[in-house]
Parts: sequence; C-alpha cells; structure tokens
Amino acid sequence: MMVQENTPILNTQDRGGPAQPLLVVNDLKKYFPVRGELFAKEKKFVHAVDNVSFSVSKGKTLGIVGESGCGKSTTAKLIARLINPDSGKMVFDGDGVAEYGGIDLKEFRRNLQMVFQDSFASLNPRLTIEQTIAYGPTVHGVSKLEASIQARALLQRVGLAPELFASRYPHELSGGQRQRVNIARALAYQPRLVILDEAVAALDKSVQAQVLNLLQELKTERQLTYLFISHDLHVVRYMSDDVMVMYLGQVVEKGPVDRIFSHAAHPYTQALLSAIPSMDPNKRTLKPPLEGDPPNPINPPAGCRFQNRCPKVKDNCRSISPKLAAVGEELDHIVACHLNLDPHTYG
Amino acid sequence: MTEGTHSSKSMGYWQVVLRQLKHEPLALISAGVLMILIIAAIFAPWLAPADPFKASMLKRLLPIGSQGYLLGTDELGRDMLTRLMYGGRLSLVMGIVPVFSAFCIGTTLGLLAGYLGGRVNMVIMRTLDIFYAFPSVLLAVAISGALGPGLSNSLIALTLVFIPQIVRVAESVTTQVRQLDYIEAARMSGASAFSIIRVHVLGNVLGPVFVYATGLLSVSMILASGLSFLGLGVKPPEPEWGLMLNTLRSAIYSKPFIAALPGAFIFLTSIAFNLLADGVRSAMDIKK
Repeated sequence: MMVQENTPILNTQDRGGPAQPLLVVNDLKKYFPVRGELFAKEKKFVHAVDNVSFSVSKGKTLGIVGESGCGKSTTAKLIARLINPDSGKMVFDGDGVAEYGGIDLKEFRRNLQMVFQDSFASLNPRLTIEQTIAYGPTVHGVSKLEASIQARALLQRVGLAPELFASRYPHELSGGQRQRVNIARALAYQPRLVILDEAVAALDKSVQAQVLNLLQELKTERQLTYLFISHDLHVVRYMSDDVMVMYLGQVVEKGPVDRIFSHAAHPYTQALLSAIPSMDPNKRTLKPPLEGDPPNPINPPAGCRFQNRCPKVKDNCRSISPKLAAVGEELDHIVACHLNLDPHTYG
Repeated sequence: MTEGTHSSKSMGYWQVVLRQLKHEPLALISAGVLMILIIAAIFAPWLAPADPFKASMLKRLLPIGSQGYLLGTDELGRDMLTRLMYGGRLSLVMGIVPVFSAFCIGTTLGLLAGYLGGRVNMVIMRTLDIFYAFPSVLLAVAISGALGPGLSNSLIALTLVFIPQIVRVAESVTTQVRQLDYIEAARMSGASAFSIIRVHVLGNVLGPVFVYATGLLSVSMILASGLSFLGLGVKPPEPEWGLMLNTLRSAIYSKPFIAALPGAFIFLTSIAFNLLADGVRSAMDIKK
C-alpha cells in the first residue's frame, strides 16, 4: 500500500472551500553552497531542505519537530520566501504562489505571518509597540489612524492594556509581553496561516502556558491555521493536530498527533519520544535515546540519512533511500523507513 | 487613561540617551568647552577686542598677558586672542563640514551596500577599499594638491577622505541589523526595500555611525590644520589655527608659548570632540 505524499491531491472543485488544504508544499528544496576551498574539485552543498512535501488543512495545526539543524526553521523561511527555494511549488488555498494565474507574493505574505523565537530581536528597538504593530497594515494601504486603532484593539486582545503598553519600547517589556506583541503584530495583517517558529521556546514554563492558551483561543476565534515548529514534544502534542518529524532536511514521518505519539513507526521518532522526560517513574530510562550526532549535511550519505544512528539498520538502508509511504492501513500516517515497507525481512 | 504610579507615556530613545548623558561629567564639560569655542567663533566680530588683520611692527611677539593684548601678539604684531577667535571659525568649519557631508554620503552608501548585499555591496566596498590603500593624511594632501589650494577644495578633499571610513562603519552595522528578526518580519509584510530601510534600518544604524563621525571631527580639524600648514588650505593672511601654527613656527625658540597657542586650541577642540563622542557612545547603551 504505497500512497505518495509527494503528490497531494489538488481538489480543483473545492478551490477555496473547506476540503482544500490551506497550504500545499511540493518538493521544496534548498541547498546552500559551501564557500571555502578555492580549488575544490566539486562544489559542496549543505542539503538544508531536501524534497520536503506536505499539506496543512484549514483550521488545523501542523507541528514540525526535529533536533536542531534538521531544517525546521529553514523550511519556515522558505515557505515565507524569506529565502528563495532552489525548487519546489507551493499552493495556497488552491492558488499557486508567485506563479502566473496564482496569488502574488505580496498578497501571499499578507495571508501568512510568522512569530519568531527571539522576542527581543524580532521587535525594532526604536519603534513603540503601537508603531510596530501598525507598520504592517499601513504597508497594505490601511490609513495610519485606522492602523493604530486596530493596533490598540489587538493589544487589548493579546492581554496587554493599550493605555499602558502602546507607547512603550520593547526593552521595557518582559519576554512574555514581547511575544504577545509579536503575536499581535502578526495578527494585524489578518493572516490565515501563522508560522510559529519556536515561538514559546524562550519563555519560562508558566508564561509559555499562558501564551499557548492565547494562541489556541486566537486560532478558533480567527479561524487560523498554524505551522507550529518546536523541539519541545510536550508543547507540540498539546498544540498540534498533525505532527511532521524532520531529520537532516527530510521528512521522515508524518501523521495525526495521537497516532505519532502512540505508534511511531520511524526509529528516529521512537528515539525522540523516548527522550521525553516522564512524570511516571516506571517509564523512565537511563539508556540514552540516541547515540552520535547527525551526519554532516554537506553531501550526506547515500541511502537512509539516519543509518549511522539507527539501532535497526540493515544493508538496504546504506544504499537505498526510503520513500514516504503509508503505515499499514493508516493512509494519513506516512513514514520513510525500509522497516515499514518490509517488516518481515527487517522485524 | 490610567492614573497613578504607572505612567502611560514612555520616553523615546533619544530622551533616554539625553538623560543618561547627564551622568557623564567629562562629556558635559567637553560640551561646555565646545559651546564656548563655537560661540566665540560665531560672534568673533562683536566679541573680539581688535581687528584680526591690523598689523604693527612695533608690537611684534608681545608676551602673553601684555597690556591690551591678553594672549600677546603674533609675528606681525596682530592680536593673538582676536586671531584665535576668528581662526576658530574656519577651523571649526573645516572640522564639521567635511565630516557632516561624509556622514550623509557615507551613511547612504553604507546602508545600500549593507542592506542590498551581494553585487551592490561588492562594487561599493571594493571601490572604497582603493582609498584605504593610502594613509588618510597622504590621501588628503594628494587630493587637495590635485584640486589646488583653497578652502572649498580642502573641504572636498577631507570629505573624500572620510567617506570610505563612514561607509565601512555604516555597512557593517547595517549588515548586523539586517540579519535581525525584526527585519525579516518587516520583509514578510511585503514592504518595499526603501520603506524597510527608512522605518526599520535607518534608526538603528544612525546611532553608531553618528558616534563614529563625532570622533572624526577632531581628525578632520587636525587634517585641515595640516593642509593649511602645508599651504594647501586657507591662504594667509586669513586666520586659521593650522596656518597660524605654520606662520608662528619661526618664533618657536623666542616665544614658545605664543607659537604653541594655536596648537593648544586645536588640541583642546579635538579632545573635547573625542570626549563628547565617548560620552554619547556610553549614553547610547540604553540596555544597562
């Protein structure tokens, strides 16, 4: 039973309707050239994002997890076109992004906003909170007065009293408050898709919970769709409807959140899950979940990229790179592992 | 609006800087000294005790504190105090004008090079690297010599000397700022590069470049004095500190204190500019 996620169905009848995925990403690829040796025989590339394909349904949250350096953030920046991809297509609610007859880049960017990890670096230190939030809408033709009224309303909505915060500067705010401002800034565009790139990772636990709850409320209130990038599996489980696991620039597993957390099929996902600190003493283990480091993303090895750390590695894994395929009868749970395709041989 | 302990109005960045500057005594003293020098220069025609061009063979090289001549007279018997006040006009102009024009041109080029990056950056920066091949004194003398002596030519020469230095600072600060998330967030708005530079980059680049340029004021004054000393700047009998230093050279053994006076004023002004720049630099560090 092979269902290729590489060719997500574009439902033309339902363009713009509820069944049409909000964002479809197809074969997104970015190799960064490595500078250095002047007389190198061949040019080296960091395979940052390699043939990443996925789709996000409307009103859902897709969690993207993986260890640092696996290409999560690069994927986010490629989607936002902050970096230009080498190849790959995106379809936003049935319209091709930045292609003839599709949605143009400026309009696409209004529909998609991003909240970054570093709440301080993502606010201009010379602008007041109100100016920061109002900047986006004015770019899209909203009058200054209108934009600042909207900004104050948004501040109120994210839990910051406008009369206290509107004319303050970022350095006068705490981390949690700044991240609320960043959320308000993103929402000012009235986007449909919000990329949360480690948006709560830098906050302490109690503030993190408040911000996550705010995000959940805003999602239902404004019919938002989230791409939730994180390395914190607890948070991902709490926030997401679907989870996508990335390893070294590739998608290794994707499926509904409960399915991934209970029946992870990829050895890498299993290792990640076993690393979650548990409150239950019986579930604790002293065994390190994974050994070694990920291989160098500069010209990675042939075959499965997880081969040198995989506890169940077989000969095939060293030569043939596995394709994403459905796990058994679960069509929406896909994994890229030889073990999945041929459980009898590999067991 | 709320009332009570929380103030709803917050201080702007430059207000905070000004408030912190009040805790920098050296910078404040320097600012005061500069104020006095600038006022003395601007109002020289009304404040000066004598005519700066009126020579007297009988009163040559009178010592400091002579009757009627507070700071003595020069080799042609002209009142030193008057000539130092008038000289401040040209010397300060030569200090401030080239740095200001280089600041405007250099910041623009640096912002473009830093923000656009890639090929634009390479063209701008490599071109300016050519200027770096020469020591700044030599470059100023060479350009000034090629253009010919005169006030405006030495202003142009000094401006050209400072542009590459300011572009370098502006470019490196812009490159740093450009990588920050708030620029990425602004780019996600779909705004034009011009709008992003104006709203988000300029304000964050101007500060450090401004401080650097303040430090250049003293260099500019000294270089201008050097040009005048070599006969490439202002022509006699116009009073200018560098030129006065040159013409009083012959008196260095007979009346060393008089001969040193213009030099002392150059030193005083440049050290005041430098200390003020230092003070502003530390006051601008508002995250402490």
